[in-house]
Amino acid sequence: MQPQGIPLDAYQLVAALLFTIGLIGVLVRRSALIIFMSIELMLNAVNLSFVAFSKFHGQMDGQIFVFFVMSVAAAEVAVGLAILVAIFRNRETASVDEVHLLKG
Amino acid sequence: MALSLFWLVPFLPLIGALVNGIWAGKLPRKAVSAIGVGSVGLSLAIALACFGELLALPPESRRFTQGLFTWIQSGDFSAEVRFVLDPLSAVMMLVVTGVGFLIHVYSTGYMGHEKAYGRYFSYLNLFTFSMLTLVLADNFVLMFLGWEAVGLCSYLLIGFWYQRPAAAEAGKKAFVVNRIGDWGFLLGIFLIFVTFGSVDFATVFAQAPQHLAMGSAVATTIALLLFVGATGKSAQLPLYVWLPDAMEGPTPVSALIHAATMVTAGVYMVARCHILYLLSPFALSVVAIVGVLTALFAATIGLVQNDIKRVLAYSTISQLGYMFLGCGVGAFTSGIFHLMTHAFFKALLFLGAGSVIHALSGEQDLWKMGGLKARLPKTHITFLIATLAIAGVFPFAGFFSKDEILYQAWLRGGPLLWCAGVIGAFMTAFYMFRLYFLTFHGPSRVTEEAKHHLHESPSSMTVPLMFLAVLSAIGGFIQVPLLAGGQRLDHFLEPVFADAANLAPAAPAAHAVGAEVWLMLISLAVALVGIFVAYRFYVADPEVPRRLAEQARGLYRLVFNKYWVDETYDSLVVQPIYRGSVKLWQEFDAAVIDGAVNGVGRQIERGSALLRQAQVGYVQVYALILTVGAVVVIGYLALR
Repeated sequence: MQPQGIPLDAYQLVAALLFTIGLIGVLVRRSALIIFMSIELMLNAVNLSFVAFSKFHGQMDGQIFVFFVMSVAAAEVAVGLAILVAIFRNRETASVDEVHLLKG
Repeated sequence: MALSLFWLVPFLPLIGALVNGIWAGKLPRKAVSAIGVGSVGLSLAIALACFGELLALPPESRRFTQGLFTWIQSGDFSAEVRFVLDPLSAVMMLVVTGVGFLIHVYSTGYMGHEKAYGRYFSYLNLFTFSMLTLVLADNFVLMFLGWEAVGLCSYLLIGFWYQRPAAAEAGKKAFVVNRIGDWGFLLGIFLIFVTFGSVDFATVFAQAPQHLAMGSAVATTIALLLFVGATGKSAQLPLYVWLPDAMEGPTPVSALIHAATMVTAGVYMVARCHILYLLSPFALSVVAIVGVLTALFAATIGLVQNDIKRVLAYSTISQLGYMFLGCGVGAFTSGIFHLMTHAFFKALLFLGAGSVIHALSGEQDLWKMGGLKARLPKTHITFLIATLAIAGVFPFAGFFSKDEILYQAWLRGGPLLWCAGVIGAFMTAFYMFRLYFLTFHGPSRVTEEAKHHLHESPSSMTVPLMFLAVLSAIGGFIQVPLLAGGQRLDHFLEPVFADAANLAPAAPAAHAVGAEVWLMLISLAVALVGIFVAYRFYVADPEVPRRLAEQARGLYRLVFNKYWVDETYDSLVVQPIYRGSVKLWQEFDAAVIDGAVNGVGRQIERGSALLRQAQVGYVQVYALILTVGAVVVIGYLALR
């Protein structure tokens, strides 16, 4: 079934854009908090792609998967933020450049 | 009834050993004594009951086996834990439990002040278990287990005072020399299994006469290999060197292990395997010749030793030589008879010596004793009985057993063996009475300090002495020569040795009564002359031995230094092995093996140092690498 209105390609384009923005954010930003937000951006790009394909194929699998991704993302944020708070309390910084003790 | 419990005879001491060993140092002394002595006492009671039931059976059905479980099962090979009670093992079982029990009782007195009391009794019980396993085993493999275990206990007990370097060294020496003998024994067992496909006594001995031709090479090899084991365990030439050093152990241990029981294991083994020996006249004559040479050789060394226990040690070696002489001429009963009487009087001699040493606060030098007759009356009288017994004076036990061996040597081995035996008997009488006179008679040479503590031993020590004295005095009457029906031990052991009757070298059938009486009188006279000479030398005219030593200076030094055998072994065997080992250690172990192991380690370390560079610690670098990797993989898949 061909969906009406906006074509699949458009969704894919937006998703790819979002993913790239998120990836660049992860790679270049120094604040751990921003990096977290960027990761969320990447995850939601994937979610968008899932939903679009699900609609396109007329199957529910993709949408169900999205719920899993969101719940895992929520759990990850909960843990990640807790770690972040702990690091900040200890070192008074949230910059990932200064947290580099674990190395060979 | 009691026969069905007879497996408990070895296992009760094992339980005692475990209890005393696990809770060593935690149990009170009274409990240790009760468990240690009680377990062996219970064994003795069961053994006596079994013996009584065995006697009640008709002679031909006096063989009883009891299997517990299969120990090893591998292909055709199987070894059972199974005990056999026949007249031969019954005699040994009674000697081990009986003498063992008395020595356990004695130990409660002798070792009373010892700190490691629990450890001592644990070892002693373990020894009793091992020795009983050895004599009751019904196959070669189980016998070997007992054989090794007594060696282990011997090592542990010689080195009981391991803080003393001499004791630790002596334990090591005993263990290593015994290993050489055990190597021969083990090879013998292998050859038996290859030849017969079984290690069971019953199977092997039943098949042997058909399987092996008289005097065949295989029979000779088996018999000689087993005899190598016997020379190690029973301290015969050339492996006797460990026994004198073994005197570093506590004296009751010397009495139990190094006089009465363990060292006789070789004699028992030869008697047990008598069929194999009878199939090889050559091996049998080797046994006889080694026996008689050892008897003479050790006796000469015993003449001049000054340490009370070492004299007894050389005397033990010499007496074991007599037992092998008896077995070697085919008179296995005589060997076992002497084994039994020797267990009585030699255990008594050692325990008596222990009582003397105890009274003198540890003094063992004969020249620092003397005149102890009045101060140690009980020890003196029991010691005298044992000395008379070993010297072979009628009617004490040693007279009957030694005389029988000499008679059999004359009958079956010829006048030369007999003559050597008689010379040995003369020396035995001389050195034993030298020991006796120097200890109990003459002027006191005791040091002032030891004089203060001089005391007769407690009754826990003297009562076992009295029991053994009674046995040494009357034990010989179990086998009275000449008298019709007097040879009770002969008749009792007959079912064991009967199967070999047609193999035995034909003994002159005519029982020449006249010759036997003459031989008996000669050996008695020889013993009395030996005693008289010892009296002349050490009581009547103490200057004589010194003058003799002056005149035959070279000879005296040769004998006094024990023919330098230890030194010869050291330079010919020990030092080359030691030097070779050092070489191997430094040039092979340290350079090659350590080098290889360390080299592998170093290479891995170097590789890791390189790889470690990749781990920089910046999260974003990892993320970048991850991204680049993903791009490369996806690009490859997309553009393929």
